[in-house]
Amino acid sequence: MNGKTVVVGMSGGVDSSVAAALLKRQGYQVIGVMLNLWSEVGKESSNRCCTPDAMRLAKKVAAKLDIPFYTLDVRERFYQQIVSYFVEGYQQGITPNPCIQCNRHIRWGALFEFALSLGADYFSTGHYARISQDEQGIYHLLRAKDTNKDQSYVLHVLTQADLSRTLFPLAELTKPEVRQLASEFQLPVANRVESQDLCFLSGEDYRTFLLRHMEKTAQPGAIIDTQGRLLGQHRGLAFYTIGQRKGLGINVGQPMYVIKKDVTNNTLIVGSREETRQSHFTVARINWIRGIPTEKEFDCTVKVRYLSPFLNARVKLFEDNSCHVVLAQSYWDITPGQAAVFYQGDECLGGGMIQTVLT
Amino acid sequence: MADEAVEAMMPFFKERFGNPSSIHRFGQQADAAIEEAREVIAEHLNCSVDEVIFTSGGTESDNLALRGVALAQRERSGKNHLLISPVEHHAVSHTAQQLASIFGFELEFLPVDGQGRVDPAEVLERLRPNTAVVSVIYANNEIGTINSISEIGKICREKGVPFHTDAVQATPYLSLDVEALSVDLLSLGAHKFYGPKGVGVLYVRKGTPILPIQTGGGQESGLRSGTQNVPYIVGMSAALKFVQTSQTKWNASLPTLRDWLIEQVEQKIPQSTLTGHRTQRLPNHASFVFEGVDSQKLLTLLDLDGFACSSGSACKTGNPSPSEVLLALGFPQKLALGSLRVTLGKDTTAEHVQLFFDCLVEKIKILRD
Repeated sequence: MNGKTVVVGMSGGVDSSVAAALLKRQGYQVIGVMLNLWSEVGKESSNRCCTPDAMRLAKKVAAKLDIPFYTLDVRERFYQQIVSYFVEGYQQGITPNPCIQCNRHIRWGALFEFALSLGADYFSTGHYARISQDEQGIYHLLRAKDTNKDQSYVLHVLTQADLSRTLFPLAELTKPEVRQLASEFQLPVANRVESQDLCFLSGEDYRTFLLRHMEKTAQPGAIIDTQGRLLGQHRGLAFYTIGQRKGLGINVGQPMYVIKKDVTNNTLIVGSREETRQSHFTVARINWIRGIPTEKEFDCTVKVRYLSPFLNARVKLFEDNSCHVVLAQSYWDITPGQAAVFYQGDECLGGGMIQTVLT
Repeated sequence: MADEAVEAMMPFFKERFGNPSSIHRFGQQADAAIEEAREVIAEHLNCSVDEVIFTSGGTESDNLALRGVALAQRERSGKNHLLISPVEHHAVSHTAQQLASIFGFELEFLPVDGQGRVDPAEVLERLRPNTAVVSVIYANNEIGTINSISEIGKICREKGVPFHTDAVQATPYLSLDVEALSVDLLSLGAHKFYGPKGVGVLYVRKGTPILPIQTGGGQESGLRSGTQNVPYIVGMSAALKFVQTSQTKWNASLPTLRDWLIEQVEQKIPQSTLTGHRTQRLPNHASFVFEGVDSQKLLTLLDLDGFACSSGSACKTGNPSPSEVLLALGFPQKLALGSLRVTLGKDTTAEHVQLFFDCLVEKIKILRD
């Protein structure tokens, strides 16, 4: 025993289960907590993040590891801060990323606070990312050793206070190694298909979900090209996403893609594949993990989506915690509402929400 | 569990592993064991042995009582009105709700006062010629309040309506004399009186209209088919004997500890309220609501310090919706989410209660900050 207590956010999945097992082996007093997230009435059993099945598995893992296990009901807070944000975002013409909001408000919000109220020294999850501390005591967020699994993109919202109490036991491991460890620890983990869908959609198309939850009914409007020519009618801007090609219902002899959603004029702007390339955009509400950079203009790489490559960029900071990003080479489908996350080498500097995109 | 119960059970897993329905001698031994257990229970309930039906626990007993009597009453005399209190255990209320929603019964809830008590006069007023069965919990699991079962029983008896009481929580502390209580059906669950989980009893007064809800080989007078769980039945009867020898002692010592805890909480924890009746409550039971406290979090914090408590019914963990019982008593939703029930056991000492109280004060402070 090392005398320290850690609360592990458990999901029943292999990553958080192995994280808990490793911490226990390292001598921590481990407490497992699983979140009870919001689902629509009747769809509780298909919420990817907390099905009864996942709950059963997490309990089995906790029993196997002989650690206490509790659930934390965050349904109301999840609805207020994540689902509402998702629906409102679409209504405002952006494509929100609720998982990042969830990390900010739920995992490192409600769950982190709960861990502290239990008297825990640390909070831990099964994310793939690394944390280091320098001589000045400043914490750095780094990409995971397994670069294929690296999840620093969705963790760019963490603050120094969060990082000082966070442990990522999978930092130095690859996914195959984690699977191997699960079998060595004899952990009962399911062969679940890893889904990228949002948990609260319960496998449903987000457009169907939006239809039920939007307060305003969708307003149809014009589809135009970049020259302003009328090409067709859209069903409501919320049902389209940047880069979308299918389902536009227009025929102009070449594939057309959504470039922009003009909320003011309720107009969907489409163009050729080449026209979806952009080379600069602005980013707002940035969290700089090490604090606001001293240099007001610097080179770095940027990810504009969870699975986008690292794009070379020059960043120019503004006073209001926003910045202007110029890409060395243009890139497809940069989407307002998604996160732009900045890196230098392996280090995640932080990130914010893509606001306006300029060609 | 009581040591006596564990020890009594052991031989029935090995050397005395017969099926009580079998003709051979091993079967006869097992049959003798459950009949002996039946006698112990019948004596405790002041009833005859053939009125004791073994079940898999309090929940099954409640199900058999409600569903079995309701269906028989409708089958035999077309009665389809159910009258229950709004503070029943889910084993009763959900059964009654299913009888209403799927089987077409008319379900009526009796009013309760702010302490969760049913006024017997209200029962009299609501009984109808077509009332099939009345069910009122003896002592409530969440708030500890004890109901005037014998008064309600007398009213039902006069009107010829079968009366069921769920006595699962009451068993270790209160009289279960079915004559004095004037009940026709009474449910017990062994794990509430230091017996094993998964075994219980339904007392069914002779002549009560009832149909089985589990059919098959016709065990338990045809009311509960299925091979009896011999070791558990034996364990239950041993636990009941343990209760008989300890009840007087518990009823003398536990109320003092309970009342001390209630007094301390009321005096020293601001914005706390006792739930349930102050005196007409189980001697081992104290329950509260704390404003601005999430009971699920409170239970977690207490558990990590070694105090195992509950909020609503333990059967409802993982589903922290506000307690229906507290809502029925008139508590607002926000408060009903901050409930805590503390039960004292046979080994609880004054020192334990003091330690628990100190811990409770600290945890509530943490959660309110």
